[in-house]
Amino acid sequence: MGDIAVRVQGLSKQYRIGKQESSRNFREVLTDALYAPFRRTAGLLRGNASAAANLNETFWALKDVSFEIKKGDVVGIIGRNGAGKSTLLKILSRISEPTEGQVDIYGRVGALLEVGTGFHAELTGRENIYLNGAILGMSREEIRRKFDEIVTFAEVEKFIDTPVKHYSSGMGLRLGFAVAAHLEPEILIVDEVLAVGDAAFQKKCLGKMGEVAGEGRTVLFVSHNMPSISVLCSSCILLEYGSVSAIGNTSLITHRYLSSQSDLVSGKVSLTDVKRAGSGQIRITAIKITSPDQNDVIYPNDTVNITIQYKLSNEYNGGKVDFGIEVADFYGSKLMTCSTQFTGEHFMNMLPEATVSCTIANLPLVPGVYLSSAWCAINGVAVDRIENFTEFTVSENDFYGTGKLPNARKHGPFLVKNKWELIREAIVE
Amino acid sequence: MITDQITPPISAPPIPMSEPEEPYLTIRPSKGWVAPGLKELWKYRELLYFLTWRDVKVRYKQTVVGVAWAIIQPLMTMVVFSLFFGQLAKIPSDGVPYPIFSLAALVPWTFFATGLASCSGSLVGSANLIKKIYFPRLIIPLAAVFSGVIDFSVAFVILILMMLAFGIVPTLNIIWLPFFLLLAFVTALGVGLWLTALNVQFRDIQYIIPFLVQFWMFATPIAYPSSLIKNELAHTLYGVNPMVGVVEGFRWALLGTNTAPGPIIIISTLVALAILTSGMYYFRRMEKTFADVA
Repeated sequence: MGDIAVRVQGLSKQYRIGKQESSRNFREVLTDALYAPFRRTAGLLRGNASAAANLNETFWALKDVSFEIKKGDVVGIIGRNGAGKSTLLKILSRISEPTEGQVDIYGRVGALLEVGTGFHAELTGRENIYLNGAILGMSREEIRRKFDEIVTFAEVEKFIDTPVKHYSSGMGLRLGFAVAAHLEPEILIVDEVLAVGDAAFQKKCLGKMGEVAGEGRTVLFVSHNMPSISVLCSSCILLEYGSVSAIGNTSLITHRYLSSQSDLVSGKVSLTDVKRAGSGQIRITAIKITSPDQNDVIYPNDTVNITIQYKLSNEYNGGKVDFGIEVADFYGSKLMTCSTQFTGEHFMNMLPEATVSCTIANLPLVPGVYLSSAWCAINGVAVDRIENFTEFTVSENDFYGTGKLPNARKHGPFLVKNKWELIREAIVE
Repeated sequence: MITDQITPPISAPPIPMSEPEEPYLTIRPSKGWVAPGLKELWKYRELLYFLTWRDVKVRYKQTVVGVAWAIIQPLMTMVVFSLFFGQLAKIPSDGVPYPIFSLAALVPWTFFATGLASCSGSLVGSANLIKKIYFPRLIIPLAAVFSGVIDFSVAFVILILMMLAFGIVPTLNIIWLPFFLLLAFVTALGVGLWLTALNVQFRDIQYIIPFLVQFWMFATPIAYPSSLIKNELAHTLYGVNPMVGVVEGFRWALLGTNTAPGPIIIISTLVALAILTSGMYYFRRMEKTFADVA
């Protein structure tokens, strides 16, 4: 053997959390504030520290996690928020102690959970390099040797003797990453630090990490960014609800992760509970969003089909009927509307109960979670409207074939094919 | 989707069959009391140096008078004490001019008090570090107390200058001074370790510290000589407060008062060591919860 870098066996971590407080009125809050010190002191005197801190409920952030990582592997750890990724990372980097289980680590560990840990705003770039390096576990001699390289990598030569508080946030991040990138551990643990910084710097960081991986070092990489996971990692560990749900080849695991994520797309929406507006001459009874291969995973550029079931009430007595679907981002800003009002495909002869279908060709949305609303109108007057009836997820794929995708918050919500070329003609004055 | 290529999660821990290699590091839950880990602390001594250096560098950034603050505090207290206790209350001062008598105590006291206060707040103040990276946590309170040494040195120089101005030349016993400084250091660190570990879970501590420092100051013979206590036994037992040993030691070493090291110093040293040892063990025991609670 001897080729194992990290072995995790039956690892569990329990957290104590405060009791959920139900909403209370002002008088209750006030009386509780008066009694709590006595209650807590009594708890403390009885030797029960967690009662004193009002921490009674517990939950398992990790439960019986076991896996092995071979030397030289670059492994991604993925999972939803709250799946236990950060907890696992904290235990592996010795920040937090496990409740049960054991981890054997064969090599010097460098953990990078944050860029620029311990940076002090009042100190200069030079001083912070030494401080941060020491915090990350480098010796003074090691930092001195790599100093110039770090400064060049961070591109802050001019400002090296300026206090960091005068740096732009980008410069601070670059400096932080530059120090970390020059760590030479045998096992590198990296949290989602690439989510920061501009695109050029992200690329540089990915390149540097690729180099690290190429040197045969073991890397554990936590990220939500599937394109960079795909580029860097050969295998992945998928965490769900604090347990390992799958280990294997990156493309398989990321695909499994993305499809599990989209069970948010329930397909069947109970519309009976939804608050409705409009006169109700037509009622929408069901809405379904389907992806081309019917497996509920929607990718950018897919042809997506949305079907709306409706029912006419007795009050309906003819008229031009229009349907519409609206898509908003997760923060509620409307992104687009698809409607028969614009396409001109009005419905005139309505069946009492039927389905209308809308096909969106080449869905131009970047990966993310979206909300949709549907409505219908008779002769231009809205009769039914369902606000944000469902959320759907557009999953990450390699739209441009480069492993890179725009980020909705940073680059805007739309994804369109585009082509660039250099016009090799002299500009005529 | 080809699911059959995904290996299921390993359910049972694999049995290490032929593992010739010892793990570099094994992480497992710690039970009960933990050893202080002095070996690891030594390995991280450079970090201790850098954190101390940072505290020193940052302490007087963006202040007008800078390190002069290290002198102003004890000097102003000396003036107030000289006026009220020396001039008005006519408190005896072991035959030394009252200002020097009180300053010789105030300089080590200020070192102790600032060391204790910054040590107690150190863990909560470094929560961002504790949550993001591993290193022996003892380094944080250690650096907090260490960084006070610079302030002490500055104040000490002023003390010597003041003494010379009053025509008092330090006695040869001054060679014993580092020991008394160390005693103050050990006491500040010991109490600070208890308080900073407690403060992580119970922020009540931060409200207790100003009181504690104030009470402790009056329980220490700074404004008055310990020789006021006439009963021999009571006087010796006074050494249970390690700062009594420190202050009387300073006066003896510098001013030649007749408070030569005796039973008091022994008691003070033993108590200080007991506090430090217990504080260290308590700190190590609570250490594992710091990242989760801080």
